[in-house]
Amino acid sequence: MAPTHRIVRLTVNGDTRTAGVPVHYTLLETLRYAMGLTGSKQGCDKGDCGACTVLLNGEPRLSCITPVWEAEGLDVVTVEGLAGPDGALHPLQDEFDLHGAAQCGFCTPGILCSAAGLLARNPRPTREEIREALSGNLCRCTGYTKIYEAVEAAAARLGSGDAERERGERKEGVS
Amino acid sequence: MSGHKSKSDCAIVGSRLRKVDGRAKATGQARFTDDLTFPGMLHGKILRSPHPHARIVSVDTTAAEAMEGVWAVVTGREMPVPYGVIPWTPDETPLCVDRVRYIGDGVAAVAAVDEDTALEALNRIEVEYEELPAYLDPQEALAATGDENSPFIHPPRKEGWNGNITKKVHLDFGDVDGLMESSHVVVEGEYFFQGSTHAPMEPHCAIGLWESDGREAGGLSTAGGWTFPEKPGMGGEPGKHEGNAPSVRGKLTVWSSTQVPHYVHRELSRVLGLDPARVRVVQPPVGGAFGGKSEPFDLEFCVAALSMKTGRPVKILYTREELFYSHRGRHPFHMTYRTGASADGRLRSVDARIVLDGGAYASFGLVTTYYSGQLLTAPYHMPAYRFDSVRSYTNKPACGPKRGHGSVQPRFAFEVQLDKVAEALEMDPVELRRVNFMGENTRTVNELRVTSNGFLECLDAVEEASGWRERWRRLPLGRGLGVAGSCYISGTNYPVYPNEMPQSAVQIQIDRSGRVAVFSGASEIGQGVDSMVAYVAAEELGVPLDYVRVYAGDTDFTPVDLGAYSSRVTFMLGNACLDAARSLRRRVQDAVAEFWACRPRHVMLAGGWALYAPDTERKLPIREAFQLAEAAGGTLGATGWYNTPKDIHGEYRGGTIGASPAYSFTAHVAEVDVDVDTGFVTVVKIWIAHDCGRALNPVLVEGQMEGSAYMGAAEALMEEQIFKSDGQGREGLHNAPSLLDYKLPTSLDTPELESLIVESLDPEGPYGAKEAGEGPLHPSIPAIANAIHDAVGIRMDSLPFSPPRVWRAIQEAGGPGALSKPPAPTRPKQEEVAHATTRR
Repeated sequence: MAPTHRIVRLTVNGDTRTAGVPVHYTLLETLRYAMGLTGSKQGCDKGDCGACTVLLNGEPRLSCITPVWEAEGLDVVTVEGLAGPDGALHPLQDEFDLHGAAQCGFCTPGILCSAAGLLARNPRPTREEIREALSGNLCRCTGYTKIYEAVEAAAARLGSGDAERERGERKEGVS
Repeated sequence: MSGHKSKSDCAIVGSRLRKVDGRAKATGQARFTDDLTFPGMLHGKILRSPHPHARIVSVDTTAAEAMEGVWAVVTGREMPVPYGVIPWTPDETPLCVDRVRYIGDGVAAVAAVDEDTALEALNRIEVEYEELPAYLDPQEALAATGDENSPFIHPPRKEGWNGNITKKVHLDFGDVDGLMESSHVVVEGEYFFQGSTHAPMEPHCAIGLWESDGREAGGLSTAGGWTFPEKPGMGGEPGKHEGNAPSVRGKLTVWSSTQVPHYVHRELSRVLGLDPARVRVVQPPVGGAFGGKSEPFDLEFCVAALSMKTGRPVKILYTREELFYSHRGRHPFHMTYRTGASADGRLRSVDARIVLDGGAYASFGLVTTYYSGQLLTAPYHMPAYRFDSVRSYTNKPACGPKRGHGSVQPRFAFEVQLDKVAEALEMDPVELRRVNFMGENTRTVNELRVTSNGFLECLDAVEEASGWRERWRRLPLGRGLGVAGSCYISGTNYPVYPNEMPQSAVQIQIDRSGRVAVFSGASEIGQGVDSMVAYVAAEELGVPLDYVRVYAGDTDFTPVDLGAYSSRVTFMLGNACLDAARSLRRRVQDAVAEFWACRPRHVMLAGGWALYAPDTERKLPIREAFQLAEAAGGTLGATGWYNTPKDIHGEYRGGTIGASPAYSFTAHVAEVDVDVDTGFVTVVKIWIAHDCGRALNPVLVEGQMEGSAYMGAAEALMEEQIFKSDGQGREGLHNAPSLLDYKLPTSLDTPELESLIVESLDPEGPYGAKEAGEGPLHPSIPAIANAIHDAVGIRMDSLPFSPPRVWRAIQEAGGPGALSKPPAPTRPKQEEVAHATTRR
């Protein structure tokens, strides 16, 4: 009889994790149901909505249509891994909070990963480049405007070279 | 005019602040329903009808129940008590009992060790159907006779009635025919509004947990342990139930991605025959709802029933496809309008006929049918108005409330009609709207009380920001501007089930540490209601925002709120929170005044301090002020509540529907680019001006305005609910039940959006606030239609304005070469109009 389960070994957010999962499990199912990393969301299960986006070796990928074995040996980063080890928020996370870029918050983990991938390869994207980079992530709440503003603000902070502000929350309000 | 605190007197309200759950949502820590798991949890799946209309002859679950890994199966016949979110139209059961009414209607549910096993078990359930003629077109459904070849979808509620009619409303106000007759211009038009669905990013999910005390409960057996009642059980003597339910002792908890925990609570109790005091509904953060989670769904009953049968927690998560079938989205409307106006552009008479395509069940349809007419009567003065609306059942997924419930469709038709009236009179359509402004503190023709009204400021704002005066009618062919206005309710004065109890409530408890706990009945669905109550509590009690904790969405420890729909929570819960916070503030002021030997009104609470107003150098840390109050009068806790005015409505049948404590107002200008060769319309930008009364946090108000305008633009251009007809494949099958095929706008499809907040300070709203979550959707669609007309001179009276439809309209107009811009009005602009005197 063919095996129904297999052992997978993944590097997730810097940790090496091992889990026994059904052979047909996707990366998303493994993260959510075998590793307790429920930050990545399932909105459609078909690669249509982008809520499951994670970073694989720094590139945004749809974890719901990625068989888990494809992620073995790669560096997986989920929304839970964007903040620093001390819990300090990634500038994107902080700016999303500050600009009201997350309403219901269900698409947010995927959008943050897509945006983090964008800023890693293009630290000063134009508005058009941001729209392009996020076009695989559906958001039903915001109309995207506040998301663009948050990504631009995060890019500005990362680009300013101010180490203290780069990681770590801004203390002041927006007003 | 109003006694609200001014902007400069507010430390928190009115500032651009973070949300209380913003960090959790940006870090993946927010736990939605599907993120929860429990030890021993089973997974459920629902078997759905493959036929649009059929009798259920038999259901055989034996083979499924015999499967290894299957714990329980439940069928419709075990839960026969009908329910409906509107108490007058209980026409559905959790699973179908003897008839299926659309492809996707639930027939049986299975709980198994995992999803794969549950799915396999569904394959082994044998259902014998006897197919019936199906109706996809509401006109055909309305023509049904009820005989064998033309059966009704539901049994008529009265002898001789048409069983395919959910609701019929005919109301008229003023001399409609006489004023139409004497109008200078009468415009007639036929409009079709294609339905659309909510498509929240989070699929519906529910988890049921039955905790028996061990006596007479369902136990672990799937056979014979538990019999569900045949009659509703709620409302009887505590601990005793009507019907044949055993007096089971135990507690049912259901976690659900609902926007109305209270209604889920009521219906679970009624249908399952449980004492409501032994039912708990928990609502985790909801990943978007837009009206699509505002009534009980099959999965909530099924997880409860399956947990009662198995004694184990059971989870059901809809697939994306199931969302398209569970639906309850925007009704398709077929509309005919006649609009009469005098030579100076003033409206004289409006006459509407509307057919609502309701789908298989009533849902909120009784209200939708009223709303299709009742909510059109502002912001314009209308001396005479008539509407005749009928909601038909059809064999398609049931329609219900979607953002802007029942009023988005007529608003589209009406605002296009106004554009046509302006064109006929050679008037600027902005000016036409100004001329017809109804003013504030007035009544509509259907006797709705309107208090604050910032509509003119909204018109001014979009006119100015869009460069309307310089650009309308003057952009090159293919480019155009359109304007539209609207109004919407801030909740309804009358709840969906009649009762005299508060509509909204909070409890606040203050600890001697300075921590303020707010127990809120309302539902956080992304709109920011948890943050809104935190702002109000922090403002009134003078604590920093992060001293406030909001506990919400759990019927076991929060007071009842009727739910996150009809744009009610800021107005109602905000007022409830003000009520509780102010009574606690008074206690703290009294105690500090006693301590300082001063007048209580000289004690201010702000920014983490109690301050002596005449000399703010004299102050106490807020926690010490709380300690003084606790020492003086005992533990600091208070309840606060809000109920709507019940004596302000029209004196006619239906006159209570549409009555709201306050109305919001909106104006949009949309700019479009039309590719005349392909019919492809691009919305370049929408300017959104919205009178929200007072922006408690402008960031959140802008978010609602932008999200609304986006959603309207999506319906205008892209979204389309199509069901296959006979000959196109399986009749009644959804054509595009996925997020790839059903077109939601991506970032690349969404126009630039500019929010312009207008604050009219409503006399009864919390700090003057009104709604912002639904109103700003309405004008998007007619503004885009009117902009297409400005761009290429064609009228789009049917939604969506997708390339094939626009292309066809261009061909019908003679092709791209024959298009031209409509002529600019010759009539000089009226700089000042009489109505402007009502402006502040």
